[in-house]
Formats: sequence, C-alpha cells, structure tokens
Amino acid sequence: MVKRISIFNIVNVVILAIVAFSALFPFIHMAAVSLSASEFVVRNEVSFWPKGLQFEVYKEVFKDDRLFTGYRNTILYVVLGTAISLATTAMAAYSLSRSNLVFGKTIMMMIVFTMFFSGGMIPTYLVVRSYGFMNSIWAMVIPNMITSVYLIVMRTFFQGIPREVEESSKIDGASDYRMFFSIILPLSKAVLMTIGLFYAVAIWNNFFTALLYLRDESLYPLQLIVRSIVMVGQVGEAIDAAGADGEGVVLESLKYAVILVSTLPILVIYPFIQKHFVNGVLIGSVKG
Amino acid sequence: MNTSIFRKIRRDRAFLVLLAPALIFYILFRYVPMFGIIVSFKDYNLFSGIWKSEWVGLRYYKMFFDNPDAFNIIRNTFLLGLYKIIFGFPAPIILALLLNELKMKRYKRFVQTVSYMPHFLSPVVVAGILVMILSPSTGFVNQIIQDMGFEPINFLQKADWFRTIYVSSEVWQEIGWGSILYLAALTSIDPQLYEAARMDGANRWRQMWHVSIPGIMPAIVILFILQIGKIMELGFDKVFLLSNAATYETADIISTYVYRMGITSANFSYATAIDLFMGIIGLIFVYSANVISRKLGDTSLW
Repeated sequence: MVKRISIFNIVNVVILAIVAFSALFPFIHMAAVSLSASEFVVRNEVSFWPKGLQFEVYKEVFKDDRLFTGYRNTILYVVLGTAISLATTAMAAYSLSRSNLVFGKTIMMMIVFTMFFSGGMIPTYLVVRSYGFMNSIWAMVIPNMITSVYLIVMRTFFQGIPREVEESSKIDGASDYRMFFSIILPLSKAVLMTIGLFYAVAIWNNFFTALLYLRDESLYPLQLIVRSIVMVGQVGEAIDAAGADGEGVVLESLKYAVILVSTLPILVIYPFIQKHFVNGVLIGSVKG
Repeated sequence: MNTSIFRKIRRDRAFLVLLAPALIFYILFRYVPMFGIIVSFKDYNLFSGIWKSEWVGLRYYKMFFDNPDAFNIIRNTFLLGLYKIIFGFPAPIILALLLNELKMKRYKRFVQTVSYMPHFLSPVVVAGILVMILSPSTGFVNQIIQDMGFEPINFLQKADWFRTIYVSSEVWQEIGWGSILYLAALTSIDPQLYEAARMDGANRWRQMWHVSIPGIMPAIVILFILQIGKIMELGFDKVFLLSNAATYETADIISTYVYRMGITSANFSYATAIDLFMGIIGLIFVYSANVISRKLGDTSLW
C-alpha cells in the first residue's frame, strides 16, 4: 500500500515536470540560441544551453530603430489605453451596480447583447474608418475601450460593497461623485488592479487592431514590428550592419532575440502579478 | 408616470454622467456597426459609403454559396473548433487533478506559475516561436527528426499538419490557465469525503475517480457547454499568422477568409455577407449553450 502511493507520487511529479518543462522549453531554447556563437547556431548544435556565449545579437537588436519605435508606441498605447479603459469601465460598472438606476436594466441588456452578437469585422472597420480613426493612436485605444466581461466582473464586485458604506457617506453630506471617487474607488483597489492588468496585457499583445487600422510604420506597435522581422523576414538594418562588420550574426539568433526582447516585460513582471490574474478568473467565474 | 421618470433621472444624474462614456462607446462602436451589416445587402461604393450605396438584395449571399471555397472554410472552422475542444477541454482537467494530488506546496506553485505563463503571450510571439522551431532548415524539431535519420518536414507549408500544429499550440497556451477554475473547485471539496474513501480502502487513484471527479463535475459540465457554444469562435490572429496559401485547404477559416476578401481585396459587401451568415450560426450556438447551462446550473450543482 505504501509503495503504491509512492509510485503514484513519482509518476505525478514526473508528469508535472514535463508540463512545466514544455511551457518553459521555447524560452530556454530561444535564449540559448540567441546567446550562442554563430558557428554553433549554424551547425544546429544549440538546444538548451548557450555554446560560445556572446551578446553580439542583442547589440544588433538594440541598434534597430524600428524595435525602439515599436516599444515606444506599445508603451504609449498601453498606458493611455489602460487608463481610459479602466476609468470608463469602473464608472459604468459602478453606476450599473446600483439596483435602482433609471434605465439600468435596459442598458445592461444592451451591453450583454453585444457579447453574443456583433457587427463583425468589416462593418466595424468601415464605421471606425468613417470616424477618422485610420492611422491614429486612438485606433488602438477607443474602438476596444470596454470589454464587457470585465465590466460585468467589476459590477459584481461593486454590488458586494455593503449599502451602509454609501449611506454613511450620504449622511456626511458627500455628493454622489465624491462618494464614488473618494470612498468606493479606494475600497476597490484589488479589483481595479486586476482588471487594469488584464487590459494592459490585452493592449500589449494586440495585433489585430493595429493590422486593421494602422498603415503608417511610425505608429506600429511592437507586435507588428516583431511580425515583420520574424515572420515576413524584413530583417533590414540589423542584418546589413552585421554583414558589414563581418561579425557573423545569424538570422536565427537575431529573430529569437527579437522575440525574447518583445516578451521580456511580460516574462519579468508576470511571476509577481500572477495572483491578480488568478483572482480575476475566480471573481469572473462567480457570476459568469 | 413621465414625471416619475424625470424625477429618477434627476436623482441618478451623477450616475448617468459616469455611465455616459461607456454608453457612447457601445452605441458608436458596437451598435452602429451592427446597422452597418446592411452593407451586405448593398453594393458598397467608396464614395457613397455604407448608408447611401445601392441595394442589391441577396446577391452576395448567393455568391458565397455558389463559391466552392464556402464549404471548405465552413468545414475548416468547424473542425478546428471541434479538435480544440476534443484535445483542449480535457487537458486542464487532468492537469488540475494531478496538481491537486501534489503534496509538495512549493513545487505545486512552481508548476502552476510556469504553466499559466503561455496564456499571456501574444499570438505574434507564439506564431513566431512556431515558425522558428518548426523551420525545416534551422528549427529544433527538424533537428531532432534529422538526428533520428529522417527527412526534415516543412510543417507550416503542409496542409496536413496545420490542424495538429494549431491545436497543440492552443493546448500548450491554455492548459495551465484553464486549470485555475478546476483547482478552485477541487479545493472546495469536503476533506471528510476523502477521509471516508480512505477508510473504505480507496487508494489515491480511486479517491481521484470517486471523490475528486464527481466533486468538480458541475464545473466540468458547465464549462463544457460554454465551450461548445464557442466552437465557431476561433481567434483570428494565430490562424492568420500561421496559415499561408499552401495550407489554405485546411487552414483557411471564416475570419481569415473574411479578412482577405474584405480588407485585402476590398470586397466589403461580400465579406460582410459571409461574416453575418456565420455570426448568426455562432449566435445560435452560444445562445443555446447559455440556455442549457442556465437550466443545468440550477439542478446540477449538488
């Protein structure tokens, strides 16, 4: 009996180790290749550990202006977009959390309906274009300003705040706005943090909106730049420079380095904020 | 009656102001495009715009069903969605059950953290990794295939491989993230049930089978129905990034086809017609799934 249990445990630990390893493997491999000397990369000899450690590839990557532009644009879209999305979502969610809000039920139904049915890709594109959003930073922020699921999660959270909190602030003579901004919001830091992170990651990773609405390369977010370097293969300046130096930076290493550099912020911050994301899923499931 | 509505508006005016930006957003970016669907019954003309173009009735719907591509893309969309459920749905359940059996707290937390991570990668990054790792000349996978003495396979140029690649990458990305809800459900199972099972001589395997799985069954059922509802909703991005003309036979789905017809070739009316037709089928799926899950929700949460 004791032996059976331990076999169960060993098998379990091994299976989970395989799961964890397969999640990490691409990153280990990419880091190894991008840090290896070119002769080993060319001969396909690198798998898990860098051979002939060097950082040339990263020097080339950071010389590429497009990557810089991409980073700058993405950070701008994330900061601006998260601020606007979070503010409008919280304000709407709080108003809709009040059970007696005039037209509240109708508006809620209207919002839920958009989760089931939408105008689709082309009508949305034509409408957004007709508003003059083509090639504008607002295209990355406004057309997807509110995610209905997050609005509903926040509304559920606000509904859980006891009525007494609101009543006591009323007695103190606070206006409705004051009550929301200086009493309700400070009580809601956790949910604001969680939803804000979801919005930030969604904007950071957003590829489709940029593909649809941005034509001007100076506005391209990181995702479009990474795609053009890695998938379409316009390596451009970096590889030319490398060729001229005779440093022998290999295309494969360079592409891996670009992928890693573009994902780094998420990989670095992720372990610290993981619990907020998990909380988000659990809050969402209560009602969803 | 009217006066009472006005009184309510006056009473709630602060909240209506707070709600206004969201309301304007939903009207301008969600409802106006819905009316824009009429473009599929018109011959879209750049200068007349959506509202003033000429009516052509069902011409573009007929065009779609007369097109030999139609069957292909509907089948591809449905099959990719189906395979994603067949392989992607059980995987997080199994992972959650295994994690739940793990007694080493820190190792458990490590596996959880690491396996949730791929969920946060962008489609461009995942597609980029796949293109590189599957590359016939330099990719790691073909390196192994060659070391074993076989010919390298050009995975992303072969229509036969597309579904396998797409579905495995989906499982890889979502297995950890999908396990969160099941893990939460597992922790809420009464420990006394396990104790009783042990008293009856059940080993770990049988405890899992007779206590853990029945305990999370309600969650499994609800999530399964919701998944079925979303069978036609495949993400556009990854399919778009991984497919190419050589693999359209299996890789072309409705959204990528609509993108090519609409945005690339500017056949706005034709593309909208396809999108609306599929949108309605999707709506039927999602709506029925929700009705069923609500019905079950009351009775099956034991």
